[in-house]
Amino acid sequence: MSDVKDENRARFGVPADSMVFARGVRKSYGPLEVLKGVDLDVPVGSVACIIGPSGSGKSTFLRCINHLEKLSAGILLVDSQFVGYDLRDDKLYEVKDDLLCRRRAETGMLFQSFNLFSHMTVMENLIEAPTQVRRIPPDEAKAEAEILLRRVGLLDKVDRYPRELSGGQQQRVAIARAMAMKPKVLLFDEPTSALDPELVGEVLQVMRDLAESGMTMVVVTHEVGFAREIGDQLVFMDGGVIIERGAPREMIANPVSPRTREFLSRVL
Amino acid sequence: MGAAHPNEIRIEPGVAEAVSRLTVMPQRRYGIWVGTALALLVAFLIIRAFASNPAFAWPTVVSYLLHPSVMRGLGNTLMLTAVIMILAIVVGTVIAIMRVSPSPVLRAFAGLYVWFFRGVPALIQLIFWFNLSLLVREVSLTIPFVGTLFSVRTNDFMTPFFSAVVALSLCEAGYMAEIIRAGIKSVPSGQAEAASALGMPYRMILKRITLPQAMRFVLPPTGNEAINLLKMTSLVTFIAVDDLFYSAQSIYARTFETIPLLIVVAFWYLAVVSIMSVGQHFLERHFGRSDTRRDAVTMRFLRNIISLRGISR
Repeated sequence: MSDVKDENRARFGVPADSMVFARGVRKSYGPLEVLKGVDLDVPVGSVACIIGPSGSGKSTFLRCINHLEKLSAGILLVDSQFVGYDLRDDKLYEVKDDLLCRRRAETGMLFQSFNLFSHMTVMENLIEAPTQVRRIPPDEAKAEAEILLRRVGLLDKVDRYPRELSGGQQQRVAIARAMAMKPKVLLFDEPTSALDPELVGEVLQVMRDLAESGMTMVVVTHEVGFAREIGDQLVFMDGGVIIERGAPREMIANPVSPRTREFLSRVL
Repeated sequence: MGAAHPNEIRIEPGVAEAVSRLTVMPQRRYGIWVGTALALLVAFLIIRAFASNPAFAWPTVVSYLLHPSVMRGLGNTLMLTAVIMILAIVVGTVIAIMRVSPSPVLRAFAGLYVWFFRGVPALIQLIFWFNLSLLVREVSLTIPFVGTLFSVRTNDFMTPFFSAVVALSLCEAGYMAEIIRAGIKSVPSGQAEAASALGMPYRMILKRITLPQAMRFVLPPTGNEAINLLKMTSLVTFIAVDDLFYSAQSIYARTFETIPLLIVVAFWYLAVVSIMSVGQHFLERHFGRSDTRRDAVTMRFLRNIISLRGISR
């Protein structure tokens, strides 16, 4: 496997510490081009925050990372590997579904609407993918799940159904569920946008803890405060391209592009 | 400021007394009394007609209620309903999954299936299958260069019972497919998306995430379908399957006790439908359990008792 990674690194100039590597990523739906060439580097253990107006393509880009959306052009590597393809003789062969699933399981994803399995308890939500996809014995998966639930502070909710939890608690369970697959990178798609203001803090706290523990994260968010505090890089997207990127503190204090400045003045 | 927005509003003693003196007079609903009186009168007339008209022959009804051939007919009706419903759910699930599949060929095939089997009346399908031998004389499996492995005359296996099962299963599957498809569509797309992101393959998502959640939407109409099917099986009388209706018919053809035997048949259909309705209620409660808070039923029960007490006070 490491041969493939080394080959990709040499061929595409992927840095040794790269977790997510995007070059010239384009995505079209029919005549509508949503992504018009996005380049991004997310090193291992770092947090990249993506901000931008709605319709700017930031969620689409996030979904391209774990191949929920196929690229129309460009390349996207996770841990120096293609997610949905095998590269042979300059041809990208689409991989079979089971291999795609195995690779996709290495990236965790969090959604604006949490998407906990509503017919399962919290514990069942956490052990579903480990036992079914990874074939881990249920006892082992449960022990692991309890550790994760303690980490997000919801061990007392193991037997509850999602509907019995607040939005903030649901999103924390969703984070624990994603972590149960031991992903290399976590993708967050506006994780706090559907929450009541007083519940945002508890989710951001869990994300902060994850970042401090060295988790690689790509976060599409409207929480500029969170980006400034936790982000290692801040990316501003508009109209399907990256307008500006940089260290969060400086970029928020002194945005270079007038569009970034205008956007920040509206959300701050 | 302090005077304009006092922290407490003081109620003058005179006002408090005036408020406590008020009583609520319920609205008078004369219409309800008139309606009740009319309904009681109609009920009385109907009961009198039933009791006094000798043509109903109640003693005859009672004597046939547990008659061996009626019992055998009832057993066949129940078995037909159970077998057909199970087959219809299996076939209907497959068709429904095809209807939501990414492949346009499968979607079109499933669409045609539903269009045809829901569109042609069940009785016509039934008689068609019964007469299959007019169309196909024998069914055989022939492999090129090997020869015929087996060959069966259509009339030998298309017995009345078998054609009833085939015809009504295929027909009912058309309805079940639509119900299950609607159930699958009712599950929010985020559920499948989250499962995908966790690395679950399409088939596993269907089996573990989408279909179990669709059950909640599918069950109530399926209960209705089962009840409809129970009654629809009386059509098999036309091809001489020995069901509840057919056994009653063969008795009154001999004895001319038509009305009493129709009442016997109606009694048994009503009895089975009532039992099925109770069963459906419990099934729905079981599959809706993630939907309601824990012990919600008990809570509602307690609340009702409390509110009843409140009224009686």
